[in-house]
Amino acid sequence: MSIFVDETTKVIYQGLTGSQGSYYGRLNREYGTKVVAGTHPKKAGTDVDGVPIYANVAEAVQATGATASCIFIPAAGVRGAVMEAAEGGVTFIVAVTEGVPAHDEAYFYNQLKRDFPDVQLLGPNCPGIISPGKCNIGITAGHIAKAGGPVGIVSRSGTLTYQALYELKQKDIGVTTCVGIGGDPVPGTSFIDCLEAFEADPETKAIMMIGEIGGSAEEEAAEYIKDHVTKPVSSYIAGVTAPPGKKMGHAGAIVSGGKGTAQAKMEALEAAGVRVGNNPTEAGELMAEIVATL
Amino acid sequence: MDLFEYQGKQFFSEYGMPTSPGQIAFTVEEAVKAAEELGTPVMVKAQVHTGGRGKAGGVKFAANIEDVREHATNILGLDIKGHVVGRVWIEKASDIAEEYYASFTLDRSAKKHLGMLSKEGGVEIETVAEENPDAIAKIWVDPVDGLTENECKEWVTAAALPDQAFDGAVAILMNLYEAYTSGDADLVEINPLILTPEGKVHVLDAKVTLDGNSVFRHEDYAKYDETQTRDERETAAHEKGLQYVGLDGSVGVIANGAGLAMSTVDVINQVGGSPANFLDIGGGANADVMAGALEVINNDPNVKSIFINIFGGITRGEEVANGILEAMQRVDIESPIVIRLDGTNADEGRAILEPNLSDALLMEATMLDAAKTAVELAQ
Repeated sequence: MSIFVDETTKVIYQGLTGSQGSYYGRLNREYGTKVVAGTHPKKAGTDVDGVPIYANVAEAVQATGATASCIFIPAAGVRGAVMEAAEGGVTFIVAVTEGVPAHDEAYFYNQLKRDFPDVQLLGPNCPGIISPGKCNIGITAGHIAKAGGPVGIVSRSGTLTYQALYELKQKDIGVTTCVGIGGDPVPGTSFIDCLEAFEADPETKAIMMIGEIGGSAEEEAAEYIKDHVTKPVSSYIAGVTAPPGKKMGHAGAIVSGGKGTAQAKMEALEAAGVRVGNNPTEAGELMAEIVATL
Repeated sequence: MDLFEYQGKQFFSEYGMPTSPGQIAFTVEEAVKAAEELGTPVMVKAQVHTGGRGKAGGVKFAANIEDVREHATNILGLDIKGHVVGRVWIEKASDIAEEYYASFTLDRSAKKHLGMLSKEGGVEIETVAEENPDAIAKIWVDPVDGLTENECKEWVTAAALPDQAFDGAVAILMNLYEAYTSGDADLVEINPLILTPEGKVHVLDAKVTLDGNSVFRHEDYAKYDETQTRDERETAAHEKGLQYVGLDGSVGVIANGAGLAMSTVDVINQVGGSPANFLDIGGGANADVMAGALEVINNDPNVKSIFINIFGGITRGEEVANGILEAMQRVDIESPIVIRLDGTNADEGRAILEPNLSDALLMEATMLDAAKTAVELAQ
């Protein structure tokens, strides 16, 4: 099994007619993802590589029965696109777009929680989600992941997500689902959402969690693991040696005072029984050790 | 984007908050002229993107023009935590009866806006938070609902501000929330928010950080981008659109993706070296981007070796390899380069690099080995 998406998931691409949307939409489709529709307010009735374009998400859902959408729309339009997707009837939304203002994220996060509690938003500013061999939504290169399990991955960083998938594939370890939650201040899906789903998924036997400096999401995840996760977890936190007060590219990765440092996060995770590596390779090796004992 | 105090005050006054009249000055003569126009007494305040100005001697009261001349002379050029003062804000001095603290920022855990208000202002709020947390009244605001006037009144009551300050504080806090949300700020902070002996509530300092992602709906924010504090290296990188943070070590770092770049900095430290920078070239790694990155790093005199750490996802290994080779031809690089190339079509990429390897261009199979080699070369 996998979490959130599988081989039956039908996906609408908001922005399929754009350069990024058409490129990754095609790659996702070639991977086997059921890319059933695109949307564009002025291009309804046309198609992109044979995928029909509808005026909006509601019409696309009605015509195709899609349950998920993937947003490749410039940052200024993401707030509208997320709400259009939820109102249109999909229950899983992947917002790949980076550079979305934090106030927009805070707004649609709370709006969804209130009016669409069953909708799961992933992102913005995330690489997407891949259930290897079944479904790939977003910008992850599908072939760097080995299908089948037993490991579930959740990560805040894009390239480190790929690194983790690759390390495991090199060791011939399969992945049920890999979720890139993104590094923005208000991610739609949290570490805890993924930990909960992996804990409930019978095919996921172990979990790899990749975090980075800034915020307190890793500390909150550690608390959750202590109380609710029975499966073994390995982890890596990027930014151990980042100087305080420097902003390293990600909007979320800001260290302030003693809070949110990599050290604090690693200690919290270790206290929760998580095996923490000092670099991505070490985290992969720790996971290989865990898998060998399953 | 961090605003200078005077920019923050101008920003606040656009949202109807009362601030003191003042003028910006880049020279002593300009400071004197400003003070003459405003009328003494005035405050002479260093404009820097860092805290602790007062302790460093960057904020002075000037009773007369001679004082202004003396303080401006001392403060202009002053080094405050590595920030050299290039401009001073000359502001009409205010009489202060009481000092409060007020701010809004995003609470990432609660995913709501967090307002903080305290009648113990004028000092470091972290100290108050630590020693007397009850002295800070907090309010969490749902972004969908916004802040209502009634909630704001309850908040001011909870902070136990005196009756005299009540109406003025409510008005300013409502406007502060408006500035925070409509202005797409990450942080708005007033410390101190003062009560004057005449019973007026007034903004005496302003700390504002704006969300750089929001510039598409705030065209005027370009003016703030121009006044950001960056060192020479950071300015060059910013102009090329690269995500760069200057550090003070000797190993130049180029990686694709913020996470991998941070991880690269970590690994260099772990093997006993010190990184010269953090540089994220983003998902792709074409020749243009790579050449720009190498140029920035090459201009850093501290750099003794360069570690290029690329993980190919969608971008294939051979594209990365060709990009690096082409970039090396365009930029005359002084330090040896160590490459670690992994991911999609890494073998094909390595095969392209193989015939070009030398003392100036080395390749390692893993991130750890590459870091070790780069650190050795830097010594």
